[in-house]
Amino acid sequence: MTSADYALGLADDALVSAQRMGWWISRAPELEEDLALANIGLDQLGQARSLLTYAGALEGAGRSEDDLAYLRDDREFRNVWLVERPQSDFGVTIARLLVFATYQSELYAALAASSDATLAGVAGKALKEVAYHVDHARLWTLRLGDGTDHSHERMQAALLAEWPYVEELFTPAADAPVDPASLREAVLGRVGAVLREATLDVPDVASTVGGGRRGLHTEHLGHLLAEMQHLHRSHPGATW
Amino acid sequence: MTRGWPLWEVFVRSRRGLSHTHVGSLHAPDAEMALRNARDVYTRRQEGVSLWVVPSAQIVASDPGEREAFFDPADDKVYRHPTFYDVPEGVEHL
Repeated sequence: MTSADYALGLADDALVSAQRMGWWISRAPELEEDLALANIGLDQLGQARSLLTYAGALEGAGRSEDDLAYLRDDREFRNVWLVERPQSDFGVTIARLLVFATYQSELYAALAASSDATLAGVAGKALKEVAYHVDHARLWTLRLGDGTDHSHERMQAALLAEWPYVEELFTPAADAPVDPASLREAVLGRVGAVLREATLDVPDVASTVGGGRRGLHTEHLGHLLAEMQHLHRSHPGATW
Repeated sequence: MTRGWPLWEVFVRSRRGLSHTHVGSLHAPDAEMALRNARDVYTRRQEGVSLWVVPSAQIVASDPGEREAFFDPADDKVYRHPTFYDVPEGVEHL
């Protein structure tokens, strides 16, 4: 049996990442990249909607996707720290997307073959989306890592900044159709292969002990939620 | 990350059986990224099943100054239009 907390973790990772990705709208280095990052964010938002609805059903308290997205405080969110911190540096955005999309790709592939029919359905549909996200991050990683000395340096610095937050993705989970810990080897193997091709080093740094799955967050999540939830909380039920 | 990216022309085939149609242009550093940018800019609302990108610099265009010499001679050649035949009923794509 899948726990509501597990489904919330999947949903919140996608939702918070989508919100961060949306920050790039009108700010990306080129209009074309602006649209690409916004598209990726919208894919993630679509995944979050299905997953939140499912988490609400598992919880059995009658909460809809909107209730869960807009009316929870940060301590009730279950996303990892990797996705909640600001990402105003393009290299950081790409480094994070490479790790997160590769993780999602392995996760959804495993979920699609799991015994949880709802998650298998959502994951099966999302697999094609995240394959594109991985590809987008991979192409930029190759170009920045194996580009100029300056781009290489910035990309390496971005990886160093994100790397302490990678391990939290693989925190073992109970009542889970796919234990995140079982994905670690495959995800790190794939990311490592891209970094090698891009002439970048896998950072050798200590991991941060993130508490996202237990509702413990960095100070950044509260600010993100304030912006994301403001409209709904000020005008409950607002639609257009 | 400068405005130095070359320009590419984008062609989309909206469904099987139709030909690729020019839909616009975009900037990209190379062909691979141009194709991906085209996917995001021009097909995100299910507009297509196939994409072509062509460097704009590779397009050879007719000269507007030569328009009359190029196109006017066709003006009075009505016999080149297949309008003197009876089209059998039920033939749609002629």
